[in-house]
Amino acid sequence: MGVGGDSLRRVPDVPKISAADVSKVATLARLCLTDDELTTATAELSAMLDHFADIDALDLDGVEPMMQPTPLANVMREDVEGETLDRDEVLGQAPLVEDGRFRVPPILGIQE
Amino acid sequence: MSITYVNDDGYYPSNEEHPRWEHEGYELVVGLEVHVELATRTKLFSSAPNRFGDEPNTNIDPVTLGLPGALPVLNRQAVELAIRLGLALNCTVQKSTFARKNYFYPDMPKAYQISQYDEPINIDGWLDLPDGFRVGVERGHLEEDTGKSTHVGGAGGRIHGSDYSLIDFNRAGVPLVEIVSRPDIRHPEQAKAYVTELRGILVAVGASDAKMEEGSMRVDANVSVRKPGADFNTRCEIKNVNSVRSLGRAIEYEARRQVLLHEAGEPVTQQTRHWDENDGRTHTLRSKEDADDYRYFLEPDLVVVDPGIEWIEAVRAALPVLPSARRAGLAAITGLAANSEAIMVVTDRGHDSFVVDVAKHGGDASITLKHLQQLPEAAGVPAEDVAKLTTMEASGGLTATQAKQVLADMVDAGGGDAEAIATDKGFEAMGNTELESMVDAAIAAQPDAWEKFCAGEGKAMGALVGAIMKASKGQADGKAVTALLNAKKS
Amino acid sequence: MSSMSDQPTTAVDLARNVRDGVAKAVDIVDGYLARIDERDDEINAFNLVLADQARERAAEIDEMVSLGRDPGPLAGVPVGLKDNLCTRGIPTTCSSKILADWKPPYDATVVTRLRDAGAIFVGKTNLDEFAMGSSTENSAFGPTKNPLDTTRVPGGSSGGSAAAVAANFAAVSFGSDTGGSIRQPAALCGVVGVKPTYGAVSRLGLIAFGSSLDQVGPFAHTVRDAAVALETISGHDPGDSTSIQQGPLDLSPTLDLGVAGLRVGRITDLPKGASPDVEERLEAAFDALREAGAEIVDVEMPAFNYGLTAYYLIAPAEASSNLARFDGVRFGMRTPAPDTNSMYTATRTDGFGTEVKRRIMLGTYALSAGYYDAYYGRAQKVRRLIANDFAAAYAKADVLLTPASPTVAFKLGDKASDPLAMYLCDTYTIPSNLTGDPGMSVPFGIGEHGLPVGVQILAPALKDDVMFRAAATLERHMQNHQDQNVSGS
Repeated sequence: MGVGGDSLRRVPDVPKISAADVSKVATLARLCLTDDELTTATAELSAMLDHFADIDALDLDGVEPMMQPTPLANVMREDVEGETLDRDEVLGQAPLVEDGRFRVPPILGIQE
Repeated sequence: MSITYVNDDGYYPSNEEHPRWEHEGYELVVGLEVHVELATRTKLFSSAPNRFGDEPNTNIDPVTLGLPGALPVLNRQAVELAIRLGLALNCTVQKSTFARKNYFYPDMPKAYQISQYDEPINIDGWLDLPDGFRVGVERGHLEEDTGKSTHVGGAGGRIHGSDYSLIDFNRAGVPLVEIVSRPDIRHPEQAKAYVTELRGILVAVGASDAKMEEGSMRVDANVSVRKPGADFNTRCEIKNVNSVRSLGRAIEYEARRQVLLHEAGEPVTQQTRHWDENDGRTHTLRSKEDADDYRYFLEPDLVVVDPGIEWIEAVRAALPVLPSARRAGLAAITGLAANSEAIMVVTDRGHDSFVVDVAKHGGDASITLKHLQQLPEAAGVPAEDVAKLTTMEASGGLTATQAKQVLADMVDAGGGDAEAIATDKGFEAMGNTELESMVDAAIAAQPDAWEKFCAGEGKAMGALVGAIMKASKGQADGKAVTALLNAKKS
Repeated sequence: MSSMSDQPTTAVDLARNVRDGVAKAVDIVDGYLARIDERDDEINAFNLVLADQARERAAEIDEMVSLGRDPGPLAGVPVGLKDNLCTRGIPTTCSSKILADWKPPYDATVVTRLRDAGAIFVGKTNLDEFAMGSSTENSAFGPTKNPLDTTRVPGGSSGGSAAAVAANFAAVSFGSDTGGSIRQPAALCGVVGVKPTYGAVSRLGLIAFGSSLDQVGPFAHTVRDAAVALETISGHDPGDSTSIQQGPLDLSPTLDLGVAGLRVGRITDLPKGASPDVEERLEAAFDALREAGAEIVDVEMPAFNYGLTAYYLIAPAEASSNLARFDGVRFGMRTPAPDTNSMYTATRTDGFGTEVKRRIMLGTYALSAGYYDAYYGRAQKVRRLIANDFAAAYAKADVLLTPASPTVAFKLGDKASDPLAMYLCDTYTIPSNLTGDPGMSVPFGIGEHGLPVGVQILAPALKDDVMFRAAATLERHMQNHQDQNVSGS
């Protein structure tokens, strides 16, 4: 892989991700895409995933994933009360509050 | 949570209309998921107070609110309580990690819950029910609680049809352990016994106050039914069960619903159903559209928790005696079954140690247990006073009824000498000669009853005993009377 | 006044003068504010200039000095803070609409430490929205321009902080580096920029982009200033679970030790594509270190190449989760909608810019059911291979030298429409974010268009001091070189 290269902008022949996938992902992420944006996003993400396919050739069997760069373990604090935030200061930064609480529009659906 | 049901899937008789589920050739299969709030001072990942009942949004800090830039730091005491709980449930305590469970919901401030996923701290344990039935424990993992929503407007504070909701984050970040049983439970009563026993253990080890009514212990049940020996069928998860009694009712209802579906050749759909205490049924809910894709990944803001043998063994060594062992102790000194009601009740109240104390002072353990079951306050009386009382009762110096009255006086006075109180009350020990003459008089007065008693009609004894007790003005010892009657019969 | 001369006064000199009573902090701050006033309309380095607070704080510092109290190692030093570092009561925006006007109720640990060291905050600097970008063009408040050529970008994402130092709007500034966001703009603006070892500086109060990659670090005119700045902000913070459990980095005392005997690694299979001028300056840097007594050794790092892919799967995945909290419930903007779920979508759709949305979607996809193993999971395995390569390389070499950026500063708009081309700016910086090792960019001469070139020095975790020794050596080489030029002309 080189640092330059026009080939990177090429949309792959077989798209790595479909418009339906992108639409699903947008819903999961709570983002709304117009039809045009969906088309563009699908092409861009597809091109990226195609580019990222360079690792497909690597033999990664038995390689331990490295989730974090830190070697630390057992970082804990004692069970001692600390400072709390001033409620008025916090609520003053919120879009909508009522009765000491954060107000949101009706909730449809239950979190399971 | 108050909810409205979006679709009700057919009519199935409630428990009241069909009070007893006749298994109809099906076996019940239940696994329980129990969430308990840990009794720490502060939250799982921050130093904000873990306190119930405070003014809304006062126990908050940047971590609790999921403010930008906030970072979690694990509470050591929460880990310690989780280990205690795991050991009490015979789990293997292991190296563990935290993951993010991603979903949007207004009471979940970061839009992800930090929870142990791949590597929970406790795995592979079990819990023995008082009758000896063993329920496997798959895991007991740490995670954080959510905030609380209040629904305003619409139909009486229900989420559906409400005008808006208000969020209080005081509960957000409170440490929870989720204890997941294996699907070993086969009867609603076992489910109830499991939860009761688990609650006893939680309280005994000081991990939680475990109050279902206040929500510090929350039970979800995975219920399915099958023909014995067949593969597991599709299960449904029952939520919103707020008491042990409701748990039994909800499982019975749900199992019956599923049996009827199977019998009708209709499929059981895997789903979450809410128990409605008012109509005695479970109902489906409209759920979030993407509830199934939580995109779990390792929480990069936290590091591995590897308690190590030293810490684990120190916690194990400091574990209190658990309810099952305490019941076994009472069984040994009273001769009663460990799961007898008296032992269960007295142990549950934590009065088992008092019985042991009385026995150590030379008192009668089973008599003490009997009195404690009926008069829990007696556990506040000095053990040596109760010991003397039970000794008098055991030797026939006091009848059970008299002893009860003496004990009540002791409770009021905070103790006292049993003999002195009995004398004050005029409770003279009734001599055997006096009693025998009363027995003879009763036989003579009711020859028919005596004849029937001798012929083996147990009921007839009641009339004789009643007459004797009346004659003695209640001073006669019932056991002694029965023994005399039996002796005279042969 | 010295700060008005061609050579900016160093932070070390400013602080010494203030502590010694030779200069007044209020005068220093006025000088910096005057320059900002004069030129920041054009550069747009700052989202917010804290003129009043800075003057007040400067007066406090002067007062302390007059009372004989020590205001700290950065006494009176004008400092710029990237606008993703939380400042209590002062808007912290991440250059995003979604946070506009949010005033955090707490300070980042870095901010507290700087204040305690006597630093004076002159402003919050511009960035690519949520630190996602390499040009500072992805800002809701408009792009920052490179002070050396205002038709060009300053790099990114910490472009505002780099430009602030380059334009001498601040003596020192702070940024965050997730994939090169300090080192690349430092290179493009001709200043020193450091990404320390992961965990050396607390992330508490840094608004997260990629939690396992993010580190806060300084921009400065000189290596010594950068060392002092980093010493000030580093050291254990119990509020960050990934914070290394030791005291501040100890850098300044070793700066003059030189590189004699040090093994400097040349990565023989480094990804190609750096422009010839950059390649030439890199060669000159190897020569300079050899001249100073270092041994140049060849190392192979076949997995270095795959860093970009691993990074662009891991960082967006973490970001998709980190940015989920911007939901319009507790802080920031909200777009009203009839129900909560629609409100989330409306708020996030309105509030986030294009690049942020793109990365959130990429990251969401990489973590989603059925794709985790193929993307996120594999990327974390590649990350391990890269770490293994580094471990092998560091067995042979004490530090490694690479370009900090493939090119000098590029024109505004050049890569704005091609996300992948923009991502490639980070080719050389990304791998050390994946491994948590330190890296820094130090200016080393001039390339195309008369623009500065930065050389990147990489070192193993917690060997930040060795990295600084190499940087100081390159800096001395340039100073000597310029002195020769001056005396020879």
